Amino acid sequence: MPAPKQLAERKELLAGGHRACAGCLPMTAMRQMLLTAGKDTVVGCATGCVEVVTTIYPYTAWRTPFIHNAFENSAATISGAEAAYVSLRKQGKIDKKINFVAMGGDGGTYDIGLQALSGAMERGHNMLYICYDNQAYMNTGIQRSGGTPKGTATSTTPAGKVIPGKTQFPKPLTEIMIAHDIPFVAQATPGYPKDFSDKVEKALAIDGPAFINVLTPCTRGWRFPPEQSMEYARLAVKTCFWPLYEVEYGVIKINRKPKEKLPVSKWFEGQGRFRHLFKEANKGIIDEIQAEVDRKWELLLKREELTQA
Amino acid sequence: MREKSWREIPIGGIIEDAGNAETYETGSWRTYRPIWDPEKCIHCLACWIACPDSAILLEDGKMIGIDYAHCKGCGICAFECPDKISAIEMKIETDVND
Repeated sequence: MPAPKQLAERKELLAGGHRACAGCLPMTAMRQMLLTAGKDTVVGCATGCVEVVTTIYPYTAWRTPFIHNAFENSAATISGAEAAYVSLRKQGKIDKKINFVAMGGDGGTYDIGLQALSGAMERGHNMLYICYDNQAYMNTGIQRSGGTPKGTATSTTPAGKVIPGKTQFPKPLTEIMIAHDIPFVAQATPGYPKDFSDKVEKALAIDGPAFINVLTPCTRGWRFPPEQSMEYARLAVKTCFWPLYEVEYGVIKINRKPKEKLPVSKWFEGQGRFRHLFKEANKGIIDEIQAEVDRKWELLLKREELTQA
Repeated sequence: MREKSWREIPIGGIIEDAGNAETYETGSWRTYRPIWDPEKCIHCLACWIACPDSAILLEDGKMIGIDYAHCKGCGICAFECPDKISAIEMKIETDVND
């Protein structure tokens, strides 16, 4: 399984010169994904930060084939490319193994592209869907999405006298994908590169559809200094807000169990989007989120035990 | 760059030169410049695997420098460098660039 040392011997497939913000962790996730998947990979990406910054005409940062279609259909587009590949293989016109990777941000996956994703997974295409979850529509100016955590201040859920940021809990997308009963579902983050790389490798090796939800901190939208992007990715895991786990043919395996589970407030601290939660009037919201994180973590531990047996 | 006429643009707006973004230099965005000390570096690659701009240059799996044409100066490399090593220091661009 590839550790950074092994990946370092491979060709860099994402060129510099893309227009992502300084400290953009979704771009780190793309690099890690490409280093693992290799050059024989067809990538499709929904409209979103990654698509916009990497393919500003007439430039592309991708050294692999890359398709942008629309916001809602990256899974449908890639499933079509994969179906064409299967046909060409049958006709003997193509021989080598090609990976198919569809991607979307949380907006393009939790909300707009969910139907296309669900359909592609149900039809059983041999493809990997990666959701790079930066927890809001960052590219258009930090609007809330179905993946935005409760209590987050965004431009459409500004924290003030009326509401203390977003009032709903995020949609449990990873669990929705587990419920599709596909061969491989996982949660990862580029903050733990080997774990993420292992999951990409496993997902591409498996015959059939796979889904990985990748938490990618956004310095502009989360409002923290750009050099701390990796640290905020790791803190999300250490607080069990974003557990690293994988589900292979229904069997759940938690990849990282923190020895000492940090309180979620440790992850919130220093992020401008949660600053208002530390005011006296909003203290109850942190407790509420903590209770929900604890409940889900306990449930995950139990589900792991149940499915391992 | 001269603007192309519609006759010169490939059908569907396909970009035929994969990875040509590297001809676009984003180094001028930088406020802070990472200064790498090869003497201190242990080549753990923690900076390389974290860099969003593919700006840590490697040769045979070892770090050989920083691509200042594309580095945007986010400082992730200096932050990720192990505390005991601290082989990368962020300096204000205007102080070190002449």
